[in-house]
Amino acid sequence: MSDLNTFRQETRAWLNENCPASCQGDDNILPDILWGGRRQKIDEPDVQLWMDRLVAQGWTIPGWPKEYGGGGLSDDESKVLAEEMSAIGTHSPLYSFGISMLGPALLEYATEEQKREHLPRIASGEIRWCQGYSEPGSGSDLASLQCKAVKDGDDYVVTGQKVWTSTADVSDWIFCLVRTDSDAPKHEGISFLLIDMESEGVSARPIVLLSGASPFCETFFDGVRVPIANRVHEENKGWSVAKALLLHERTMLAGGPGRASTGDQKRTLLQVARDSMNAPTGPLPDKAVRAEIAQTEMDQMCYAATLQKVQDAAKAGKGMGPEGSMFKLYLSELGQRSADLRQRLNGADGLIWDGDEFHPEAKESTREWLYSRASTILGGTSEIQLNIITKRVLGLPE
Amino acid sequence: MTLILNEEQELLRDSAKSFVDDQWQLNQLRANRASPKSGTIDTGLWQQMVELGWAAIPFPEEFGGLGLGYAELGIVMEEAGRKLLISPLLSSVVLSGSAIELAGNNDQKTEHLPKICDGSGLYAMAYQETSRHEPENVHAALTKSDGGYQLSGHKQLVINGGSANHLVVVCRSSGDAGDRDGLSLVLVNSSAAGVSIANNLLLDSTPSANITFTDVPISPEDILGEIGNAADVLDEVYARAAIALSADMLGGIQSAFEMTLEYLKVREQFGAKIGTFQGLKHRAGRWFCEVELSRAIVLKALRSIDSGSSNLARVSNACKARCTATYQLSGKEGIQMHGGIGVTDEHDIGLYFKRARVTEILLGDTSFHTDQVLRTSQVAY
Repeated sequence: MSDLNTFRQETRAWLNENCPASCQGDDNILPDILWGGRRQKIDEPDVQLWMDRLVAQGWTIPGWPKEYGGGGLSDDESKVLAEEMSAIGTHSPLYSFGISMLGPALLEYATEEQKREHLPRIASGEIRWCQGYSEPGSGSDLASLQCKAVKDGDDYVVTGQKVWTSTADVSDWIFCLVRTDSDAPKHEGISFLLIDMESEGVSARPIVLLSGASPFCETFFDGVRVPIANRVHEENKGWSVAKALLLHERTMLAGGPGRASTGDQKRTLLQVARDSMNAPTGPLPDKAVRAEIAQTEMDQMCYAATLQKVQDAAKAGKGMGPEGSMFKLYLSELGQRSADLRQRLNGADGLIWDGDEFHPEAKESTREWLYSRASTILGGTSEIQLNIITKRVLGLPE
Repeated sequence: MTLILNEEQELLRDSAKSFVDDQWQLNQLRANRASPKSGTIDTGLWQQMVELGWAAIPFPEEFGGLGLGYAELGIVMEEAGRKLLISPLLSSVVLSGSAIELAGNNDQKTEHLPKICDGSGLYAMAYQETSRHEPENVHAALTKSDGGYQLSGHKQLVINGGSANHLVVVCRSSGDAGDRDGLSLVLVNSSAAGVSIANNLLLDSTPSANITFTDVPISPEDILGEIGNAADVLDEVYARAAIALSADMLGGIQSAFEMTLEYLKVREQFGAKIGTFQGLKHRAGRWFCEVELSRAIVLKALRSIDSGSSNLARVSNACKARCTATYQLSGKEGIQMHGGIGVTDEHDIGLYFKRARVTEILLGDTSFHTDQVLRTSQVAY
């Protein structure tokens, strides 16, 4: 414990010396998230300075080994670092699919050379990654994917299409599942490739969603040459990597440790209801709405308790219990219910797509409501989650 | 406050589980219906539970308790709930014990808490007067009389009321039904003149009583806490009781779920295990999620009692509402997935369905707690 106290003192001193004043406090100039990548531009010199120092220290990903660009900190030390950062109102803004999904999978499956090539560039924010999993014909049945990689000399030649590739249009590299054996059972002919988006024959096009936003793309591969050295794990064993990575994705989508879980809207649901019913005080005139808001509040309390239970178990080294598999399912549906209620409570204002006169939050809440329909589909539909829970946790026969 | 069990708590769970498995059969519930003493408690079994220290768990050592908390009591109640065990844990230990501990003066605690802990006294709490749980809707009148007070009124759904030798009674010393001011707590000896007890057997074989008090003399020493000022203590007592009852419910929820899950794995129709059918499978998956959410909120709520959380009322609302909903789901889905055998008295799943309804009505159903959670919201509405 005294070692931890020493670490705390050293950390405090380092932060004191290295974190620019403008990057501290409630009104600090740091963005919530910097996604990194070659196209990222940081205008504020202090933010750039803070990022450079964090990267040099390995504290953008304090838990990764030092040789791969991390800080080599233990879980307890990482926690102390987070506490000390929080105490002076600062944070490390770098966050990406590289950090939350690809990195952990590389640590588990990549060769030493691959780790040394890719992990430091994730930790420094130099490279932004996107994920190439789904295809037009392979949604829930992901393992039926057809995007083909054929060996030719030292390369694979990749041909096919990926869809729902988040941020592919602004990313530098893509991690991809490709078919390397068409004759094998579907799970046993898949390989995991790392592909530079600047390679000849790669193109990406945004997909516009109901909400008008386009966080997703479709990505095309037309005879793209990818060095065999960019394959992670053995040929035709890519499904193992994919499964490990999906677990990290679901943890992330479930609002894994430390990340906001149910959004931080400006007005509470109650306030939206009060405004729309013109009932500033007293009991809400609509009893049914009152009950719906209460139900949402109570559901959130229960979810928070479930999340806390898992985190406490993890801290005690007990690993994630069976409840882990329910997080993505429950949180996405809870978020959907609450987005639906919020949008509905906005009433007439919520119907306005654009215009001169409506509540400023209504527009945002309408778009969030529309986007929320995606949450029970992406990262494995609710039905797929139920298949996983009933098979892996409940042991029901197939 | 951490939401996992420590080593001692795991040991307590193991010992509670083996006691319940060895000493209690679900068939007892069926047998109780035919018993002439069905409106009362099995004191022999209770004495064994007392000897294990269960009645003493949450009380300070100076009053004969073990100085543990609701985290521990909740474990015992959950294990008892798995087998629908009938005991005075809720009525004597949680409800009456909390009222005495929270409202009583040192003399009262010294006299009564050791009796609860060592089982020499059996206590029950009489609070409800109408068909719904309405904590402030109290008519039972505490009025002044020569040298003291007297109590008159009618109570229903007094769990274990027929077995208790002491009653903790919620009454009104001033104001009108519905007021928070004027609520009082008194201790009444159940054999006192003017106490008339009618025993009922509830549909899950829980003994309950309706009790009429007619000019029952009450001495000032039998008034718990400041007269007319019991509302805040009652909030805490009901919150604790709703949470402890939720722990019992969680046990039953798990049994019903596990029993049904097992059936899905063995029952065959159309040449296949019925657990392979997605129409049942996915419902089982959703049911599992509800069980896990219930488990987490029960753990959280039990620890909120022990830590003296200022948020206790809201957590208890969320906890009781969730467990009520999950127990209802468990009873209904349990029967439906069992098919024909599920609606027979011979199969155990129906016993859980019945218990789910009793625990739902006790201490407030889902709409009661939904209403409360908004009243106690940061901005009440």
